[in-house]
Amino acid sequence: MARRLPRKDVVIVGLGWTGSILAYELARTGLDVVAIERGPWRDTASDFNIGTAADELRYAVRQDIFLRPKQETLTMRNNPSQTALPIRKWGSFLPGNGVGGAGVHWNGQTWRFLPDDFRIRSHMIERYGEGILPEGNHIQDWPVSYDDLEPYYDKFERVAGISGKAGNLKGEIQAGGNPFEGARAHEYPTPPMKQGYQQELFTKAATNMGLHPFPRPSANLSAAYTNPYGCSMAPCTYCGFCEWFGCANYSKSSPQTCVLPALIREPSFEARTECEVTKVNLTVDGKMATGVTYVDADGEEWEQPGDLVLVCAFALFNVRLLLLSGIGKPYDPVKDEGVVGRNYAYQTGSGSTGFFEDVKFNPFAAAGSTGVALDDYNSDNFDHGPHGFVGGASITCAHTNGRPIRYHPTPKGTPGWGSAWKKAVRDSYQRVANVGAQGSVMSYRNNYLDLDPTYKDALGRPLMRMTFDYQPNEQKMANWMAERCDEIAKAMGAKATQINKLGVPWNVVPYQTTHNTGGAVMGNDPTSSVLNRYLQSWDVPNVFVMGASAFPQNAGYNPTGTVGALTYWGLDAILNYLKSPGALVQR
Amino acid sequence: MGEVGDHWHGKKPYRRREQPPGHSGVTRRSLLATAALLITTSGVSARVVTKVLPWKPNEAYPVTPVVPGGYLFFTANEAAMVDAFVDRLIPTDELGPGAKDSGVTTFIDRQLTGPYGGHDWLYMQGPFSKNPLPTQGLQSPLTPRQQYRQGLAALEAHCTATFNRGFVQLSADEQDKLIAAMEKGEVQFQGFSSKALFTAIHTNAIEGYFADPIYGGNRDMAGWKLVGFPGARYDYRDVIDNPNKPYTLPPVGMQGRPAWGVR
Repeated sequence: MARRLPRKDVVIVGLGWTGSILAYELARTGLDVVAIERGPWRDTASDFNIGTAADELRYAVRQDIFLRPKQETLTMRNNPSQTALPIRKWGSFLPGNGVGGAGVHWNGQTWRFLPDDFRIRSHMIERYGEGILPEGNHIQDWPVSYDDLEPYYDKFERVAGISGKAGNLKGEIQAGGNPFEGARAHEYPTPPMKQGYQQELFTKAATNMGLHPFPRPSANLSAAYTNPYGCSMAPCTYCGFCEWFGCANYSKSSPQTCVLPALIREPSFEARTECEVTKVNLTVDGKMATGVTYVDADGEEWEQPGDLVLVCAFALFNVRLLLLSGIGKPYDPVKDEGVVGRNYAYQTGSGSTGFFEDVKFNPFAAAGSTGVALDDYNSDNFDHGPHGFVGGASITCAHTNGRPIRYHPTPKGTPGWGSAWKKAVRDSYQRVANVGAQGSVMSYRNNYLDLDPTYKDALGRPLMRMTFDYQPNEQKMANWMAERCDEIAKAMGAKATQINKLGVPWNVVPYQTTHNTGGAVMGNDPTSSVLNRYLQSWDVPNVFVMGASAFPQNAGYNPTGTVGALTYWGLDAILNYLKSPGALVQR
Repeated sequence: MGEVGDHWHGKKPYRRREQPPGHSGVTRRSLLATAALLITTSGVSARVVTKVLPWKPNEAYPVTPVVPGGYLFFTANEAAMVDAFVDRLIPTDELGPGAKDSGVTTFIDRQLTGPYGGHDWLYMQGPFSKNPLPTQGLQSPLTPRQQYRQGLAALEAHCTATFNRGFVQLSADEQDKLIAAMEKGEVQFQGFSSKALFTAIHTNAIEGYFADPIYGGNRDMAGWKLVGFPGARYDYRDVIDNPNKPYTLPPVGMQGRPAWGVR
């Protein structure tokens, strides 16, 4: 039986980006805050030490710092007629674990979504008519606008020290930046990253084609920086061990580099690690949370009472915790009713690989966010009329590393082994450039999350079941984008190119992206959202849920910038709630 | 439910994470032992963290360097088969040493004795489906150790039945033909999928050929030299400042490089 601990003002589930920011901002107001994290404590000096960090096998292949599927995984299937089976080994996406969460191992591409993304349903209907929307879609407007979030994007970018070049400052288009972006109040905190030779070729080719390339916004910092919390970061060394690794240089923005040094000094804050929250506890009438129950590393169960519960785990695990706690009505795709688990979305990946001659791309000299991007084909920045799909993609020429276990490209048709393979690996390593399209995925009635009827985690709780596939709209969009990428790769001077179409059906084996969104979405209508526009549960007002689980559908960008903005937006709402507890929006 | 006060903090010894993948359980060195001791003594503060960051100077979690010599998992015949197999996958040729000559068999042997070999970190609860969808990935209950043990035995039985010789005794050409048939799943072994065995050895051979030499393969950084990967240098600001130029410094691993002497 759970033993009860002394009450806290605020109980935070998960100590990644969102949990650490909220913990710091609330602890500094004097509130007693406890963060409960199921993974270990991690620090730069001990866990991403420069003597041990550059280890491809350990981190990128054996997945040392990720959530171990033994502890928790999901089951998956492509559609509701199939039987879901557990993801026994991570592939398509890689959830983080431990203090810092996925903020430890991310690449650091830190985008703002475009103004149209926030009202995509209304916008598309206004411009193209209802008929443009795909069959079975659940596309819905966000309950917040770009203008609502702009100051909060700014705040997160300042805390993270993002390196970039503004393209739109207070409505004035800026040379060298992204002309399609929403108006920004301020320039990025640090200048853009330097780029490699392939990015130079991409920039020239795209500019000649009338497109608008710009260095993508990066949380691998181009320069030394001290953030508003007083945390200092060092310039990136382009070491090529970013994605799937912790940074030994204090150059990648993460909870470790940007928040924890300030948070830990707050005397009213405490973190408990290797403690897994199993449930948010509710009052008998289910209308208020009373705290959480968790199990520590020795298997002992504890009850942590608290006045406010902030659910700050990774998007997928937020949804599972709500389902296991009975907060909000679970989604039922047959009746098309209920909300928890509804509108799970993902992203598309497609593009073109170019093989060049007489070049030295030096792929190992890179960071997670080096790369030049263009937004000419993102969101509704181009006329969708002739194409008949919704959504778009950011197109990027990027390389993040040259780590050879996973990066040893060869032209199609090369044998997979033997001397011919060896020669092709040697000859290709320096001369391959990829132009990739990271595309949006809309929400659909039959892409959703619920609890699996068969498989359980190590504690005996049902695993979450993911039912997902790329729908015809996304296939059409991603494959059209691949052709755009191929045009650019050819214009860059590639002697040969290979088009990479969207892989269908969705498969868990090859890595695709950890941009899993939805399942606990924010909205203005409680019949189609779990959270109100302040990220507050419609059903249990002292529960707020952070993270990309709140996205009504996914955009053609990495999500962390928007997750950070929503966290600061949610913080203001939480501070208002604390002044006068209750529902911030009446149902 | 009873109220519990502050005394509950850290009453149990803190269990640090499981062993890193290079840990063989046999070649434990003083470095790791020292780290483990530090972990134990700092355990209480690491579990409940408040007021100060809990790390200590020189606290780090290095992998245990593989000491070549002998095999911890493979039998002599299994090791000889893997040697022969990986030598066909990544041969020694005019471009330089291949997998066998870079220690890849030792790499695989040591990996199999660690957490990877038992799928210790993966979700291995049943039921295991007999007919998973191709999109559902790994669904076999067999660990890598079981795959190698059963798979190599099936390969050897096939060779004995078909050629009246063991795999090692086949000519390079015969080995290549058989490996190609395994890759396509065109040859049937008794009790084990020939394609699954091919995939296991092929995957691990590439890992061992390109992983840091600390794991026993990639000896003299032969894999890195083949492609021109500089290894664990961790600072390429000079490269970014000089685009499209050859990189001329030799690779270094986490333990340095041979020219730096014995460490």
